[in-house]
Amino acid sequence: MSRLQVVSGKGGTGKTTVAAALALALATEGKRTLLVEVEGRQGIAQLFETEALPYEERKIAVAPGGGEVFALAIDPELALLDYLQMFYKLGGAGRALKKLGAIDFATTVAPGLRDVLLTGKACEAVRRKTKQNKYTYDYVVMDAPPTGRITRFLNVNDEVAGLAKIGPIHNQAQAVMRVLKSPETAVHLVTLLEEMPVQETSDGIAELQAANLPVGRLIVNMVRPAVLDEAELALAQGGVPRTAIAKSLSAAGLGGARRGGGAERLVTPLLDQAAEYAERHELEHSQRAVLADSGLPLHELPLLTEGMDLAGLYRLATELRKQGI
Amino acid sequence: MASSLSLNATDTHVLDVDPLIDDLRTRIVVCCGSGGVGKTTTAAALGLRAAERGRKVVVLTIDPARRLAQSMGIDSLDNTPRRVKGIDDTAGGELHAMMLDMKRTFDEIVEAHADGQRAEAILGNPFYQSLSAGFAGTQEYMAMEKLGQLRAQDQWDLIVVDTPPSRSALDFLDAPKRLGSFLDGKLIRVLMAPAKVGGRAGMKFLNVGMSMMTGALGKLLGGQLLRDVQTFVAAMDTMFGGFRTRADATFKLLQAPGTAFLVVAAPERDALREAAYFVERLAAEDMPLAGLVLNRVHGSGAAQLSAERALAAAENLDERGIVDQGGGNVELRTSPEAGSPAPARDTPDGHAQTPDKTPHRAPATTPAPNSPATSTPAGATTDDATTDRTATDQLTAGLLRLHAERMQLLAREQRTRDRFAALHPEVAVTEVGALPGDVHDLAGLRSIGDRLAAGADPAGAA
Repeated sequence: MSRLQVVSGKGGTGKTTVAAALALALATEGKRTLLVEVEGRQGIAQLFETEALPYEERKIAVAPGGGEVFALAIDPELALLDYLQMFYKLGGAGRALKKLGAIDFATTVAPGLRDVLLTGKACEAVRRKTKQNKYTYDYVVMDAPPTGRITRFLNVNDEVAGLAKIGPIHNQAQAVMRVLKSPETAVHLVTLLEEMPVQETSDGIAELQAANLPVGRLIVNMVRPAVLDEAELALAQGGVPRTAIAKSLSAAGLGGARRGGGAERLVTPLLDQAAEYAERHELEHSQRAVLADSGLPLHELPLLTEGMDLAGLYRLATELRKQGI
Repeated sequence: MASSLSLNATDTHVLDVDPLIDDLRTRIVVCCGSGGVGKTTTAAALGLRAAERGRKVVVLTIDPARRLAQSMGIDSLDNTPRRVKGIDDTAGGELHAMMLDMKRTFDEIVEAHADGQRAEAILGNPFYQSLSAGFAGTQEYMAMEKLGQLRAQDQWDLIVVDTPPSRSALDFLDAPKRLGSFLDGKLIRVLMAPAKVGGRAGMKFLNVGMSMMTGALGKLLGGQLLRDVQTFVAAMDTMFGGFRTRADATFKLLQAPGTAFLVVAAPERDALREAAYFVERLAAEDMPLAGLVLNRVHGSGAAQLSAERALAAAENLDERGIVDQGGGNVELRTSPEAGSPAPARDTPDGHAQTPDKTPHRAPATTPAPNSPATSTPAGATTDDATTDRTATDQLTAGLLRLHAERMQLLAREQRTRDRFAALHPEVAVTEVGALPGDVHDLAGLRSIGDRLAAGADPAGAA
């Protein structure tokens, strides 16, 4: 299992949730993981039902078997000052830079610097060791930008190394790229069984592979339970007379089966819903086939019908463990 | 429970889309919201509807799904609006559409505002090339820039804009300001005039700081990159004023009465949370909010049957089947019993289980639609009537479970909506019924448009 686990996915597919569940799953049995947020949305804090995370690694959950999950919301501005301090002892100059607007420039306007800082910080956490020369974190899980931007985001250091051909930035960028392109890293893509997210996933895989970035697993999120099986679907599509269904509904205590009766009036809307279900089922089936074609390991997480909460997160983590993560 | 739901629903204002797009004073409609809620589709559907109602419309999309783009004929990236064929133009309207190409938009600005040699220097600068190719933020600047351009061309009487799938839906609002604050900052002077440092006496302290700065920057960036940045900034120098003026103008345009913002969301917690942020932010910026478009709302034609009753009825049918299986033709009807400790229908992970005891029959052996329930399928046992009834009961139980699931979904969506409505009772809402699949043709967009306009009542919608 790679030590840097990058989780991306189309907007709305629940990649933050999956990243958090993955961090919990990997922390099981006494391991220590760091969950990193790079987009400043405080999604992790909301998931773990804690107050907004500062720019500081702090323990947010205990995994089954005594493992620990730490979380860090990377603030690009603080990361830059941190970085200046760490590498150049530029504490005072850093503050002056800030006054000048240079930090704003670096973190918002300058091409890629922001992304360099974010990926750099994550790689630093991956490589960090304790005094006993053991890794501080067994795994670092990154809640990364969406699929449409992920390749560019991870590849930014290559670009920067090309821009800054010498000097410390160049060296730093190259060091980060070495981690990202190694088996130390795996980029997972979260998707739904819908056309657009699956299309974006296919495009994302192609882009990542073209950039020599290691694609890990595909995680299908929010998989809806199968309510009707194939035989029932076939029956619903005209296999059973409407009058029989009306009688059956009536027998179940839902009113009269005759025309205009309570049970009879339910038949059309119920069959309509079954037809929609069938259409969706068909679509999901074809999208699943597209994903399987990629040849990547495929995982599925159930839709939590009562909405996401902490208990749900633990359930998803258990599910991931069950599926061999 | 159903009645209290509908009571709550009527408390919110209804967003009436047609008067908004029919009003000739409406010149810009901005669709914004978090990723994956159907922003692009909403923008396209709205544009199509307005055009078919007689307006001359251009839709600016940022990153449309390939098949949607193809259906509008804008899958080629040439950064200019193309007329969309196949619309109903009997009302005299036109639909044009384009997909934003941010690098090209940036290049065009450079070419339009710098003379030949200078433009070449900028376009060839490695720093510029990275910046324009789309790092975080560029897309937002360029979307605003393009909007300003389209408005200035004055060829259309309605512009519908989709917004970039930003990390935060608010980014594009910040883009002009951020650019402005950078341009107003001292940094740009440091970068542009490193040689002048050490000039005036009164500036001495600052100048010491500045030379330290350029030193630090040089150390950090490497001398060659710093030179690239300086060359770039110097070359862009004359254009910066223009950038800021236009960014300010676009920002004012967004605040003007001819602009209407539509916040797009789905009835899910995260999407509506982002929508709430957006509503608050628009209010803070004096941006005119027309309302909330709530996509993918589910309805049911059988809303009179609650999830609880449907599940109880389904269990009732299951038991009938089990009795039949075990004891032959025993006619037994149990009444729905709420407290029955029947085996849980829901597994811990929410999967409703279908009973696996009942025989599943292959489709080939099912009776023809019109045959009475007593027809004899091939290979059936002598117990035909029972087997048939068992199959029908099994299907009916399945339909009821499906319905229960739908009703639970409806209740969940209603709760999320109510939470939003409680926070922002002033926001008018239109609801768009969920479709089972994706939209990728004009007919699909048209039907979304109909749903948008009918929006108050998604009942019966899928």
